[in-house]
This record gives sequence, C-alpha cells and structure tokens, in this order.
Amino acid sequence: MSETQSTYNYKVVRQFAVMTVIWGIVGMLVGVIIAAQLVWPELNFGPYLHFGRLRPLHTNAVIFAFGGSALFATSYYVVQRTCHTRIFSDGLAAFTFWGWQLVIVLAAVTLPLGFTSGKEYAELEWPIDILIAVVWVAYAIVFFGTIVKRKATHIYVANWFYGGFILAVALLHIVNSAAIPVSLTKSYSAYAGVQDAMVQWWYGHNAVGFFLTAGFLGMMYYFVPKQAGRPVYSYRLSVVHFWALIFTYMWAGPHHLHYTALPDWTQSVGMLFSLILLAPSWGGMINGVMTLSGAWHKLRDDPILKFLITSLSFYGMSTFEGPMMAIKTVNALSHYTDWTIGHVHSGALGWVAMISIGSIYYLLPRLYGKSEMFSIKLITVHFWVATIGVVLYIASMWIAGVMQGLMWRAVNIDGTLTYSFVESVKASYPFWAIRFLGGILFLFGMLIMAYNMFKTIAGGRSVDDARVVLVPAAHHA
Amino acid sequence: MDINDLRAIVTVVSLLTFLGIVWWAYGVKGNKKRFEEAAMLPFTDEEADLAELGLDRNGQRKAS
Repeated sequence: MSETQSTYNYKVVRQFAVMTVIWGIVGMLVGVIIAAQLVWPELNFGPYLHFGRLRPLHTNAVIFAFGGSALFATSYYVVQRTCHTRIFSDGLAAFTFWGWQLVIVLAAVTLPLGFTSGKEYAELEWPIDILIAVVWVAYAIVFFGTIVKRKATHIYVANWFYGGFILAVALLHIVNSAAIPVSLTKSYSAYAGVQDAMVQWWYGHNAVGFFLTAGFLGMMYYFVPKQAGRPVYSYRLSVVHFWALIFTYMWAGPHHLHYTALPDWTQSVGMLFSLILLAPSWGGMINGVMTLSGAWHKLRDDPILKFLITSLSFYGMSTFEGPMMAIKTVNALSHYTDWTIGHVHSGALGWVAMISIGSIYYLLPRLYGKSEMFSIKLITVHFWVATIGVVLYIASMWIAGVMQGLMWRAVNIDGTLTYSFVESVKASYPFWAIRFLGGILFLFGMLIMAYNMFKTIAGGRSVDDARVVLVPAAHHA
Repeated sequence: MDINDLRAIVTVVSLLTFLGIVWWAYGVKGNKKRFEEAAMLPFTDEEADLAELGLDRNGQRKAS
C-alpha cells in the first residue's frame, strides 16, 4: 500500500459540523426569546435574562458559535479535499475545536452576568479576547500549513477566500480588542472618542465583510459547484471577485457613523466604497448562480441546491440593499430603525445561515459514510419553513423600519415633533409580532435539521480520519 | 514629503495593482489553461467522493 495517498482528517470536520447545528439552535433560540421580549416586555426576568444582556449573547452565538463552527468545519474539509492532503496538524486542529467551544461557553456565561467591553460584536472581555486570538493563530497555522503541504499545483479559489477571511479576522480582532485592563473582568478601549468609534466600525463592518462574507463565499465556491456537478461558471471572474472584495471592504466601515462626530469626508469615503462594493458582490453572486447554467432542472428536486442558490439570491438582495442604505440621505431615514435589523437578517438568515445549512447537509452524510441524509423530504420541508421565516422577518422589519424613520422625522408646522418616541414603539408592535413568528419558523427549521442529522448519524458509520483509504486506481483494476 | 503624499501614493498604487490583477486574469492568454485546471480541483478526487458516500467504484452501495 505504499502508493496509498494520505488520508483526510474528518474527525474535526465532523465535530464542527455537528456543533454548527447545535449552536445554531441555541443562538436562534436566544434570538426568538429577545424578539418575544420586545413584543411582551414582561418576559424580561431579572438582570441576567434582560434584553440588554441577552441581545449580545444572541449576536455572539449566531455569528461566532453557529457561523464560526460552520466556517471551521467547511474550511477544514475544503482545504484538505482541494489540496489533496491531510490537515497540517491533527493536534492543533483539535485545539482549535476545544478552544473555540471554550470561548463560546465563556461568552454564554459572562455576557448574561454583565461582563462586557461594550463594543458591538466584540463585547467579550479581555481574557476571552486573548483566548480567541490564540485559537485563531492556531487556526491560521493549521489552514496555511495545509496549503503549504498541498499536493495539487494550484490553490483553489475557495481557499483564497477562506485564507483572506482568516487573516483579516486576525487583524480586525487584535486591533479592535486592544484595551487597558483594570481587573480580570473589566477593561477600557485603548482608543478614545471618535477614533474608538471609527476603529470599532472598521472592525464591525469588516466582521460582516470577512467573517460573514469572505468565508461563506469560500463555501459557495466549493459546495455550489460540487452539488451542481459542474465547475464554477468563471474562474477568472472568481479571481477578480476575490481581489475586488479585498481592496474595497476595508474602507466601508464609516457608513455606520453617518451624521456623527466622524469627519464628513470620512463618511463620504465610506459611502463611496460601500457603493463600489455592489460590483464585486454581484459579480460573485452571478458567478455562483450561473454555475447552474444548463442544469437549472437540478434546482427542482434537489433541496440542498435550493438552499445554496436561494442563499445567493438573498446575498444579492442584501448586497444591493446595503450600498443603498450607505447613501447618506437614505441613511438619514434608515439609521437606528428596524430597517437595519431587517437588512442584517436578510444577510444573516438568508445568506449566511442558508449557505451554511446547505453546505452542512452536503457534508453530514459524507462524514458518516452515508450516501444521503436520513430524509431528503425533511430537507425540503426545512427549506420552505426557513424561507417563509426569512421573508416574514425582513418584510416586517422593512415596514417597521421605514415607519419608525418617517415618524421620528415628522415635524409640525411650528417645528415641534409630530410623534413622541413611544408612539413609534406602539406602532411597531404588530411588526415585532410578525418578526417573532418569522424567527420561530426559522428556529423550527433548525430543529428539523437536528432531527434529520441525528437520524443520519444513528444509521451511519463514522468516516474516521477517512478510513476512506484512497487507493490509487491501479489497485482496483 | 508629508504623510498625505504617502497616502495618495498608496491609494494610486493600490488601484494600479488591482487593475494589474484584472489584466492578469482576463488579458494573459497563458492563464486560461491554469484557470481551467484550478476550476476542476473540486472534482479531481473521485475516489474520496465514492468512499465518503460508502459506494464502490460503480456507484453501488457497498455490501458492508
């Protein structure tokens, strides 16, 4: 068996894939709870389960626990399969799994207790930030180490996106988390005033651009071609897509600070680069969708492909909406309203969650040596439940957001405000109830997925470290 | 030279680099073949695909 190729490490992929589903349920459940708290404020029990403490728990859980696990699982799988080599270090890979789970557990404990640095999507206090940095460096070593020892000549485009995501997130996290600790559980940002705000939103928007976009585009460039059974529509376009994103995303952050103390020219630069971003975003979306060209019929009865392609439609929608909202005059209406929440969820549920769900459905049977999921029908049910959930969510938030913006800016002839703030809150109730319903549907879809997953696992043999021994063709003949 | 000149130069160099990449992707004839090869990378490990799904070389379910 001297010719036996190196085998793959599927254990770490399997661990992260299963935890993606588990953390997805946890994070979305917290989301549903805080959505309910907005409709029924009586549900705010005590300080620990108050909206203000659960909201960062929700965002951290869905972004870093659910999204993060999906990124770890798929990147470890894709980098091994397209580099034709086993992962660089099994020990370090295992460390990234347990380290990341520890970060998540620490977040789930400290955020309800009220330990926070108060930076959006970077709330965790400094000891946890250091742990994140250490795990992330290990992740980078495992990922790039695998690329260095690759057996294929080329580095497949999905790996470029995953690599860009890993490097950018390391840079963002370390710069934005710079802080002066005053105790084990409290620290203050190393930056002051408007610089602190700008660093925070440079981080915040690139967390969207690199954590929630580049990494998931890596998924798109592997799983869409695989599930469609044909190579990506245009590889050249994918190269330009990658570099255009890298060159533009870094500058878009100031659009989070329109009409603030940030210098006006900086706001305009942020708006301009946000508008430019439409081009690479749509280039990438078209590249993904057109991969199906000539095989559109597959979309009819393949629910995994439905998830993947629908996610790209939502990606196209939200990357059109985003640049529009970055225009200062539009932002004057949309900022601080539920329109922003709707926009985020059209990206987070429609794009990020759906492409992850599709990719995990692709992976699960393969990681357990089954030819398909326990029930294809349940994937279809999941798809429709999730899609209706997203549509209810974003449509209600559009209406609520535009209504809030219009009510807040309405003035009487004598210059006084037409509405008090609480009137806009009262008017928002029905839409918050619809949003709650949309969230319930999306969460229900994840429960269906968990049932399907455990049924698939129960009947499967685990493909441990790819007992998938890859015997060269000559041995079979 | 003050810092703003440096900033302007970096911006112009970035733009030229990007335009160079676009030319490299679309203008260089020799790249067509390497891109085609790279695009096929997800499909070059058929053995692993079959093994993952518990199928033999003819796509049939293994007896085990």
